[in-house]
Amino acid sequence: MIRFESVTKKYPDGTVAVDHLDLVAPSGQITVLVGPSGCGKTTSLRMINRMIDPSSGRIWLDDRDTAKGRPSQLRRGIGYVIQHAGLFPHRTVIDNVATVPLLLGTGRREARAQALELLERVGLPANFADRYPAQLSGGQQQRVGVARALAADPPVMLMDEPFSAVDPVVRAQLQEEFLRLQGELGKTIVFVTHDIDEAIKLGDQVAVMRVGGTLAQLATPAELLSRPADAFVAGFVGRDRGYRALGFAEAGELPLTDEPVVRLGEELSTACDRARDGWTLVVDAESQPQGWLGVRGLAVDAQRGSVTPELLNLGGTLATESGTLREALDAALSSPSGRGVIVHEGGSFAGTVTASEVLARIEARAAGVRHEAESYTADVLAGGSTHNAGSTHNAGAAP
Amino acid sequence: MSELWNYLRANQSDIARWTWTTVWLAGGALVAGLIIALPLGWLANRYRWTYPPLVTLAGLIYTIPSIVLFVTMPGVLGTKVLDPINVGVALTAYTVALMVRVVADGLSSVSGDTLAAAAAMGYTGRQRLFAVQLPISIPVIGAGLRVAAVSNVSLVSVASLVGVEQLGALFVRGSEQGALVPIVLGVIIVMVLAFAFDAVILIGVRLLTPWQRAVRAR
Ligand SMILES: Nc1ncnc2c1ncn2[C@@H]1O[C@H](COP(=O)(O)OP(=O)(O)OP(=O)(O)O)[C@@H](O)[C@H]1O
Ligand SMILES: [Mg+2]
Repeated sequence: MIRFESVTKKYPDGTVAVDHLDLVAPSGQITVLVGPSGCGKTTSLRMINRMIDPSSGRIWLDDRDTAKGRPSQLRRGIGYVIQHAGLFPHRTVIDNVATVPLLLGTGRREARAQALELLERVGLPANFADRYPAQLSGGQQQRVGVARALAADPPVMLMDEPFSAVDPVVRAQLQEEFLRLQGELGKTIVFVTHDIDEAIKLGDQVAVMRVGGTLAQLATPAELLSRPADAFVAGFVGRDRGYRALGFAEAGELPLTDEPVVRLGEELSTACDRARDGWTLVVDAESQPQGWLGVRGLAVDAQRGSVTPELLNLGGTLATESGTLREALDAALSSPSGRGVIVHEGGSFAGTVTASEVLARIEARAAGVRHEAESYTADVLAGGSTHNAGSTHNAGAAP
Repeated sequence: MSELWNYLRANQSDIARWTWTTVWLAGGALVAGLIIALPLGWLANRYRWTYPPLVTLAGLIYTIPSIVLFVTMPGVLGTKVLDPINVGVALTAYTVALMVRVVADGLSSVSGDTLAAAAAMGYTGRQRLFAVQLPISIPVIGAGLRVAAVSNVSLVSVASLVGVEQLGALFVRGSEQGALVPIVLGVIIVMVLAFAFDAVILIGVRLLTPWQRAVRAR
């Protein structure tokens, strides 16, 4: 756990970058600091490992005051990843990764063996080990940066816009892998970004900061979308928040409709017989949906062949049973037949839903949220506590 | 051509001695100058306000004609007038003058991201300097060193005017005797020496910076 206790940073030129910040980053969770440029995110992050010293206030690492002891010792126990990776250009990839273990006195051979393992873990082939950073793409360098930060297995990781210098496709990929890795490792992470979508995707909790270095809201992503604390947060969280908030609402038991399906390789005529509104769902031998077959478009003589992948419309997205309302709605809206395909956890076909069925579910849920909000407003008016700072509860995520 | 050869054979032992003196005067000054310039350059880079005065001072030293420096050294150092140390110290001063700026610029050429990362990994200030900043500056420092080496080799010959015997003696002889051969021979040997210094430094830098080669070959 990392705890900011009324931390202020005033630079020598008089700029107050962080102003009496109180914040807790719980163990094993990802806390995202997000906010406009210059709001003091980097300053806050760097005060944790004392690359910047607070002007006043304390920062606790579990029950240890970080101000005590040598900064270099403190830092060896805290992983750090920065925007352009900041790799050492004069060292090979593997030596970059082995940096901290070597500083901590691990033998060279052992440190390298560990480093090699870590490279694999962050998705880099072993033959990258002997390359120099300049021989890697930006995304690959960033992976090395993550591996280097993980090398001494520190319980705490600080990440300053680690994925913002790569293209959107690579960024999405790195984010996915980051979440997978965190699922395995369960580090205490403070992650800085100026991208609210990234914050919402990655954060267990999100701290929105405003210029001047104060906390505007600390909340779970779902809460941030459904209940921004003020106009600044609402503006920062941005458009489409109603739709995006559905991404945090579990779909629950949707009213699934069974659907006659055909397997790949079956007769086209069978597919035509089973079509509803001109569309038949095609599955493979494991019952996993492959796409929709539009029977109205088929030429008469073509109906004698069998169902092949080339004939399928692949436009529809799939939603899992345990997925979110956003996935379910998207499945329905993107399906050429208008019927969204829902699959079991293992990927086999479960049933279909229509957009209006999903909307009905959304409506019902919204009514519940409205009710909750009314009692919340009543709470506030009655002088009750606001649900912001420090709370990590999951309001709004339950159906 | 054969005249050059004959002259070389006839004065073999003199020329060998002079060459050797030139090598150690130029080379010794180069090494000593670098050793002095490293902390000064570090200072100029670490505390930026020291950069302008240090670099200006270095520039001023460089504008002093070498003959003036050679002549005043005995007064400054309290050495004998004919002592080659005078020449060595004067050349060292030139090397320092050239290298302070080079070292400071080399150290500051290391990207801020890299330095921040080094600090964040838990390097102490000194470890960071020696394990990260200095190695990364080697190409810049090496380039400056090549200039200083060539400059030293050619400056050494001026020392003949203050009576220190080295390859410059060939030029003195040539002009005294009105003979072209010793002068041409002197120029050739000085050039070969300068080239050799240059090559040694170049090879040294190459060996110390394998990452540069890897990147260039990409
Ligand atoms: N060394 C410094 N001296 C003076 N002011 C500084 C210094 N470093 C940062 N600042 C100021 O402190 C404020 C916060 O800076 P910080 O780098 O923490 O912002 P940030 O939230 O990380 O912004 P960005 O998203 O642009 O990276 C800014 O106004 C900045 O100009
Ligand atoms: Mg920043």
